[in-house]
Amino acid sequence: MFEPMAGLAAKDRITIQVDGRSLQVRKGISLAMALMEANVVPLRRTPLSHAPRSPLCLMGVCFECLCHVDGRQNIQSCMVEVVDGMNVRLANGARRVEAVRDA
Amino acid sequence: MTHDLVIIGAGPAGMAAALAAAKLGLKTAVFDEQSRPGGQIYRNVGDVAPQVGRLLGSDYLHGRPLAARFLHAGIDRHLATTVWDITPDLTVSAIAGGRNFQLRAPQLIVATGAMERASPLPGWTLPGVLNAGAAQIALKSSGSIPSGRIVLAGCGPLLLLVACQLLAAGADIAGIVETAPAANRRAALPAMAGALLAPKLLAKGLAMIRRIRRARVPWFIEATDIAIEGDERAEALRFTVAGERKRIAADIVLLHHGVVPNTQISRLLRVEHAWDDAQQAWRPHQDVFGETSLSGFRIAGDGGGIAGVLAAATSGELAAIGAAYALGRVSFEERDRLTKAPRRALRGQLRIRPFLDALYRPPDWITAPSGETIVCRCEEVSAQEIARMVDLGCLGPNQTKFFSRCGMGPCQGRICGLGVTGILARELSMTPAAVGAYRIRSPLKPVPLAAIGCVPAKESETPR
Amino acid sequence: MSALDTIVVGGGVVGLSIAYGLAKAGERVRLLDEGDGAFRAARGNFGLVWVQGKGAGKPTYALWSMAAAKLWSGFARELEEIAGLGLQLSQPGGLTLCLDESELDRRSVMMAQLAADVAASGETYPYDILRANAVRELCPHVGPDVVGASFCPLDGHVSPLRLLRALTAALLVLGGELRTGRHVDAIEYRDAKFRIHAGGTTHVAAKLVLAAGLGNAGLAPMVGLNAPVKPIRGQVLISERVAPFLDLPTGSVRQTGDGGVQIGESKEDVGFDDGTTIAELSRIAERAVRMFPVLAGVNIVRTWGALRVMTPDGYPIYQASAECPGAFVVTCHSGVTLAAQHADPLARWIMGDAEPAVLADFKAERFHV
Repeated sequence: MFEPMAGLAAKDRITIQVDGRSLQVRKGISLAMALMEANVVPLRRTPLSHAPRSPLCLMGVCFECLCHVDGRQNIQSCMVEVVDGMNVRLANGARRVEAVRDA
Repeated sequence: MTHDLVIIGAGPAGMAAALAAAKLGLKTAVFDEQSRPGGQIYRNVGDVAPQVGRLLGSDYLHGRPLAARFLHAGIDRHLATTVWDITPDLTVSAIAGGRNFQLRAPQLIVATGAMERASPLPGWTLPGVLNAGAAQIALKSSGSIPSGRIVLAGCGPLLLLVACQLLAAGADIAGIVETAPAANRRAALPAMAGALLAPKLLAKGLAMIRRIRRARVPWFIEATDIAIEGDERAEALRFTVAGERKRIAADIVLLHHGVVPNTQISRLLRVEHAWDDAQQAWRPHQDVFGETSLSGFRIAGDGGGIAGVLAAATSGELAAIGAAYALGRVSFEERDRLTKAPRRALRGQLRIRPFLDALYRPPDWITAPSGETIVCRCEEVSAQEIARMVDLGCLGPNQTKFFSRCGMGPCQGRICGLGVTGILARELSMTPAAVGAYRIRSPLKPVPLAAIGCVPAKESETPR
Repeated sequence: MSALDTIVVGGGVVGLSIAYGLAKAGERVRLLDEGDGAFRAARGNFGLVWVQGKGAGKPTYALWSMAAAKLWSGFARELEEIAGLGLQLSQPGGLTLCLDESELDRRSVMMAQLAADVAASGETYPYDILRANAVRELCPHVGPDVVGASFCPLDGHVSPLRLLRALTAALLVLGGELRTGRHVDAIEYRDAKFRIHAGGTTHVAAKLVLAAGLGNAGLAPMVGLNAPVKPIRGQVLISERVAPFLDLPTGSVRQTGDGGVQIGESKEDVGFDDGTTIAELSRIAERAVRMFPVLAGVNIVRTWGALRVMTPDGYPIYQASAECPGAFVVTCHSGVTLAAQHADPLARWIMGDAEPAVLADFKAERFHV
């Protein structure tokens, strides 16, 4: 959905886990951007109707970018910077009450 | 109390306020939920890639020295910190790195700025539909551009600016579809004088128009009946221009209908607000030093009314001086002396507003949507469901929220609020001022239950 | 245009239940309600359809509540049918969790006394005192701090939002009239009719029901009645939507039909202040995490204060006016539980049936000592 503009100095890549899959993402960007650059679309499905959603505002207002990060659920991924080894679970409907464990 | 002044928001207004306060010797703490200062307009200005900075231009890079000074000033910075509550006695509760803490100072300046107005239209909830401002944030914060074919739709200076910036960044713009009604131009004529007094801004506007024309981007104006097609993600934009139905295939749709003040905190504190008909938004009452109807609580920047980045910095400075005066740190004469130039500057910065407000007034099918268009994205409530609440006796957004669940999701009404007020105003034939707005409650953003449970005990407790 | 039979003042759960009951029974009813910013206890409540613990010291109230809980499913079915909206009613029984032995002891003693008092009237009061293991079997997610609980099989919960919406929709379907944005300023009684003046409008009927919550205190004397009610605040927290994990409601934590977890239980005498305080929210949150540790990371989306409508002893007032025949005052703070009673036996009394015997215990005279 997004890509680095042409000619941009390459950032280091780091590895994160998304729903058990390893993804190489650019260091220093937000998780929301990393997921969109990796074409993770939709980013989540809504609790009510499982409708597909992806980020709208990228500034912490819309709450469409929610995902589960390192056991914390429903975090705004546009407000979190990717970190090597980050464990991400996509929000597929309403969250569960317990922290989501690794596969 | 450990501090004289708490500032919430490290955008241009917050940073300017902090620097002015520090200069006047006020012990100041600044909060921002981002890890770097700059707010949205100067997002990532301290760390932006040089190539991106050059593309964004001097208006953006103008924020770099401000951010640098801010990071080195003698103030307490709480970045990557989320404020979740403020009580009427101005106690701020915040979370940083999972840790909950509170801070209270006799003066509070809230500079949380603006947010993009929601653009509810059929299909807008599909993946691949973003605000135009979001694309600009992506460029600023990570040097990214949307992939594939991009269509921009809406009205406002940001729409054309983003189109130009994306073109310069090598993006594929498949079309620009403007929605400003024809009537806007006529309405803007009387305010033209103000615009002519801001020749630099006008020149910038004309330059953008030339850029876009040179790139031969398909460009439409006065479009209506906009809908986004797609199944699992956006695939095309449909619209009507001059009676003809058109379709542009697109992978990404960028929407924009102006920015509006973010009034979550001012509503939480229940200060007086007025409906600004020219800006089609709420703005809190404030005096020239930003003080609201709650003594000690000031607002600076676009959160008090849309006035642009330069006015934001100026109003931040004025608010800080006002706070210093209220604390007895400057005399009446000094305050007068210090604020003379900023007040004059502010008047100049505001001159073009009436023209912009009139020219870019959003169409009423955006401010008061209808039909199956989703208005509350979180709870998936449509415009017609909201309109139906009027039949159940609802006279305002709060009863409407209770009956339909609109506004009950995690965004806490930020996205749907204006749309709900607009729909009710239309259905009830009342003014937005009479209809009112959502009552905002703590927490200002969703916080974990355990964080609320771990608030350290305070000696005095003031209910809100 | 036929004349109105009854005007009901107050669009909360009490007023709506009565108006709905009257309309269902064929009366021409008009309900007057205030605007968007009114205090509205009905909008802030917890949604419990609750029996346990009620009426300690006043067995008639326990019996009134028990009967209400038993009527609820029939009431719900009928209302859902007419309104075309589900209420999310669930009556699986309910728990009051205790976090230490002395709490459990006090609860145990209170419930035993209540049961004994009720038994004296010839009825059985169903309840159990459960120790931690038994509680955990019913409710796997309770935390280690929970030492036990009282359980009552009659307890349950419902969506207050859907209940109010359904009552409103049903009232309209049944031909009832709704006038919102009307604050009642004055009531006259003349020629066996009530003239209600509300913000420049006047409404006339032979019967009047005052169900205006805290507003009843000022309105009741206008028709020779007395409703000494005052606000008692409760603070509540509600979470984001969570996948279902808790079917049994507890007195202070329940999971709603939409998935949000509602957390509460507090009582404060702070006047007409529906705000929240960090101190109280923190206490409620801390207790909730002890009761259900799995809730620690669940995000709270909203908190609020709501003003309960409290008489001096906490029990209802159901009274007909002697001075102005045709006027009734109804006030209680468990309008959700009692909704089924208000829609039927109470509505029929207002229509002219003989007063149910139990109501003798709920007159305002009991406060004149």
